[in-house]
Amino acid sequence: MKWLASIGLSGFLLALFAAVTSIAIGWTYLSTKSQIDLEVRRAEARQLLEIFPADTHDNEMVDDTFTIDAETSLLGIRVARQGYRVRLNDEVIGVILPTTARDGYSGDIRALVGIRRDGTVAGIRVVAHRETPGLGDKVDIRKSDWITDFNQRSLDDPTPPGWNVKKDGGVFDQFTGATVTPRAVILATRRALEYANLHTASLFETGADSA
Amino acid sequence: MSSASYSQLTLNGLWKNNAALVQLLGLCPLLVVTASTVNALGLAAATLFVLVVSNTTVSVIRSVVSDTIRLPVFVMIIAAAVTVTELLMQAYSYELYQILGIFLPLITTNCIILGRADAFARKNPVPAALYDGFIMGVGFGAALLLLGAIRELLGTGALFADMQLMFGEGAQHWRWDIFNVDYPFLVAILPPGAFLVTGCLIAVKNSIDTTLERRAKVQAEAPVTGSKRVRVTGKVS
Repeated sequence: MKWLASIGLSGFLLALFAAVTSIAIGWTYLSTKSQIDLEVRRAEARQLLEIFPADTHDNEMVDDTFTIDAETSLLGIRVARQGYRVRLNDEVIGVILPTTARDGYSGDIRALVGIRRDGTVAGIRVVAHRETPGLGDKVDIRKSDWITDFNQRSLDDPTPPGWNVKKDGGVFDQFTGATVTPRAVILATRRALEYANLHTASLFETGADSA
Repeated sequence: MSSASYSQLTLNGLWKNNAALVQLLGLCPLLVVTASTVNALGLAAATLFVLVVSNTTVSVIRSVVSDTIRLPVFVMIIAAAVTVTELLMQAYSYELYQILGIFLPLITTNCIILGRADAFARKNPVPAALYDGFIMGVGFGAALLLLGAIRELLGTGALFADMQLMFGEGAQHWRWDIFNVDYPFLVAILPPGAFLVTGCLIAVKNSIDTTLERRAKVQAEAPVTGSKRVRVTGKVS
């Protein structure tokens, strides 16, 4: 029965190594968890603060969230995502809505759209995309300030037909060599504004304690 | 094999048996991540760390583990080292972690690591294995960096952009704009550019080797240490 002993020994050694490596991973996981949570939150907060800078409000937007269901029409999000409320003196002065443009050049473009109570755009940030480097990726604030063209715009400025690239009769610039990407972002923004318009009551009229 | 000298290990890791340019291992992350210097540096550092940890561990346990179960054990060690690296990077360099994305966990499948564990670390004492892991990682990292720098320069006209992702806010000004064009050489940042630049680097290395060899008139060469894998490029000795 020598072979049995040898199998037993091998099995034991394998189990031992599995246990030791699992412990190593588990220990690292536990000891980095709080730091990782902090980093994730900080990255999220940084994005929100780019849309509504710290001097415009007095609440922690990261903590003041509401959930928007997946497949909500006009927003295009594929899974349930969080929207954020922006408050000043306990009054909701704006919201940040998650939106997904499904008609990007290569896959979904996810963005956060900040909308003020009066229906104007506070700012937009593209948070995830796979558009062509050098062409479509100019929707990213790190590559180009094109996205700031939306600031202060609303559904009255321009009127809906104007919410398109210049090539299609709109007022927004397309990029040289890339029309699909900016068009997708423009239309997604317009839909987000329409969503906010339709849901003004539930988005903005929330009392201070119902968040 | 067991008495491989450190100078030989160095020469092998950095040049003669360079993981990226001669063994052509780990090409998948090599080609995708090297669109900019900072990404290349991030992946190079992570790979280096994993290589050192796995080589050292494998060498420590080399007398305990029998041949039959060595591969699953090595894989477990490597996977654990990679997961730990990933968690640490997530905790202390979150933005870089986001950029490297899937290529961080995929270090597990980088053949260099299992290759060095099996071909070198399990037959050599701890210090030599540690050094081999280190120098192989440096060789791989140097190729990554070179590739990243060339592609970033061709594709964007600048070098060392976004270094603050790794070195903090102070590194924001490291960006070095070398030339400015309206239409950058886009293909360099796209995947085909990765193949082209890698091919050129290998060609340059091979031509340097040929020149050196011709000049030295080939003296008796020391036996090649390390990998038993089939060599794809370079001189088979």
